[in-house]
Amino acid sequence: MQHIQASRRSFLKGSGGILLGTLLFTSGPIALLAPSTTWALEMKMLNNDQAARLMVVVRRIYPHDQMEDAVYAFAIKALDDRAVTDPSILSLLEQGLNELDKSADGAWLKLDEPRQLAVLESIQTTPFFTLVRSVSVNALYSNELAYQHFGYEGASFPKGGYLMRGFNDLKWLPAAPTEASPPAFS
Amino acid sequence: MTTFNFDDDSVVVIIGSGAGGGTLANELCQKGIPVVLLEAGQRQSSATFINDEWPSFEQLSWGDTRTTSGSWQIAKDFPNLPAWICKTVGGTTTHWAGASLRFQEHEFRARQTYGDIKDANLLDWPLTLAELEPFYARAEDKMGVTRTNDIPGLPGNNNFQVMYNGARKLGYKKCSTGHMAINSRARAGRAQCMQLGFCFQGCKMGAKWSTLYTEIPAAEATGKLELRTQAHAVKIEHDAKGRATGVVYADAQGRLQRQKARLVAVAGNAIETPRLLLNSTSTLFPHGIGNGSGMVGKHYMRHTTGSVFAEFKDPVHFYRGTIMAGLIGDEVHFNPDRGFVGGYEMETISLGPSFMAAFFNPGAWGRDFTRVMDNYTHLAGMWLVGEDMPRETNRITLSDNVKDRFGIPVANVHYDDHPNDIAMREHAYQQGSAVYEAVGALKTHRVPPYPSTHNMGTCRMSHKEADGVCNKYGQSHEVPNLFISDGSQFTTSAAENPTLTIVSLAIRQAEYIADALRTHAA
Repeated sequence: MQHIQASRRSFLKGSGGILLGTLLFTSGPIALLAPSTTWALEMKMLNNDQAARLMVVVRRIYPHDQMEDAVYAFAIKALDDRAVTDPSILSLLEQGLNELDKSADGAWLKLDEPRQLAVLESIQTTPFFTLVRSVSVNALYSNELAYQHFGYEGASFPKGGYLMRGFNDLKWLPAAPTEASPPAFS
Repeated sequence: MTTFNFDDDSVVVIIGSGAGGGTLANELCQKGIPVVLLEAGQRQSSATFINDEWPSFEQLSWGDTRTTSGSWQIAKDFPNLPAWICKTVGGTTTHWAGASLRFQEHEFRARQTYGDIKDANLLDWPLTLAELEPFYARAEDKMGVTRTNDIPGLPGNNNFQVMYNGARKLGYKKCSTGHMAINSRARAGRAQCMQLGFCFQGCKMGAKWSTLYTEIPAAEATGKLELRTQAHAVKIEHDAKGRATGVVYADAQGRLQRQKARLVAVAGNAIETPRLLLNSTSTLFPHGIGNGSGMVGKHYMRHTTGSVFAEFKDPVHFYRGTIMAGLIGDEVHFNPDRGFVGGYEMETISLGPSFMAAFFNPGAWGRDFTRVMDNYTHLAGMWLVGEDMPRETNRITLSDNVKDRFGIPVANVHYDDHPNDIAMREHAYQQGSAVYEAVGALKTHRVPPYPSTHNMGTCRMSHKEADGVCNKYGQSHEVPNLFISDGSQFTTSAAENPTLTIVSLAIRQAEYIADALRTHAA
């Protein structure tokens, strides 16, 4: 879990906001790992409001009802990182969020979920949507918290691989005969 | 550490350090022949490999821009990443999954066996299985292929158990953990596989064969090899008689260097090899060196592929253990009654959440997609890989407008699926789904091809000069001291994973080169 304090320096920098949250599933796999139920992620380019709205956009694009906002925050952080390296990104994101509101005839964020989705479907070929989707798909599913959420055990080398840790522990089908699948040790 | 002068024209220069180039380098060095091995990428090791999909991809993959065209789905899904191959010492032997299958006898005679297939340019290899068999045997020993040389098969993981039970229910007879260049027991100074589940990320055990930690250090130990990393070949030069004289390459600082050579062997994979030849133009070779027949870059093959993933009620944890844990070989024979020529293998595959998200259904979003991801621990998966048709129109050309950082035109990869490819893929999807349905899959998914890991045919071997680029030893028809040493020389793709055949051809080519140097025939 990434904890970043709202330091004086980050306030002085001005433009960047902070994405703050509280863990929603206090008995979930992530809460069991986390040292605290609150989390925060510093943004360099996106302000608080933009970051918070984008978080809902990504939640609608990749809806995992049981997944913590803290995981989605990695996708927003990745978008923020892109905005740091490519100056055209911030305005693309700003415009995209404005377009969402325009299509919603008000605040897109205030719509119910089906109507939010309908608006997203109507803009799914725009550069804004493509950017948010393509950056998110790589960030959202490629971090330790996401691995915990999906039950993926991540790096195995430090644990000696799976040879002694369940690589063939499937019990709901008969084991293959030894000529097809020989034992690891003779 | 051995070094050679730029002006030393007694060396063999090999471009690329993967299955073809890395093996050829070692085989030549063992015979006392001095080699300069140019590798565009950096040198990693088991210690620096990363057990995490995207960071590892960044570390190992060839990410330089390429362009695509044609009706294949890759051009839409991954327009600038047509191939999933590596730019690192060891090349794609760092990333490969280890499947080591010999080609079948009839696959060397594809034209004769399959007949005249419309809109394909099939050709028989100028080589038979019998001629290659002794070299297959040497390659299997070198690589430590399971179920050869008294090496036991690997134990199957959960993903394999699901495949095996489904295969048997469907009546398939040939399902096992197969022939893998992965140590089932410690061998040749390398450890036994501990089932890490990161074969694609460079094996941190070193249990999977890679030229990085076998052929290349063995070659270095002879004192006959100089490996130059971050050395990106840009042009092959020649003399007035049309003999290759050396290679110009960009070094790590982007400076152009010229290494003289008595012989040049190109093993940059089936995209970069033809690109280098096509970019090596001169008055004598206006269409690229070795391209008198106009065949360089044509007949690009990438295997007919796809994947089937299945959701189950009970957990599988398919990411545990070897990626290609086993295979079904019942569909690899020739049986045109199925509606296509050639055959295909069904091989287990697993992906971590990062790659699942990126490759399961590129561009997909919403609940249909996320529901599958939420079922991640209950998935089983297989990769389908079969023979595709060589076509003159499927080809590597030089981009008209996109250049790399050295100002050299990048490769464009054009591919249209042949009706035979489409019919085979459809059959394979149906059979793959049936395997999982036979053991109670809740839902099966047809996953489109990944960027190509098997790239072949773009400088193909042929009896006649007009039909291809090189002879049955990979020697250029036109330039006697220029050799093709990777999958580019494949006349047809066959159904099997190409690495074992690339290694076998490299061992055979090394003998031919050594003889030719002795007798001044090359």
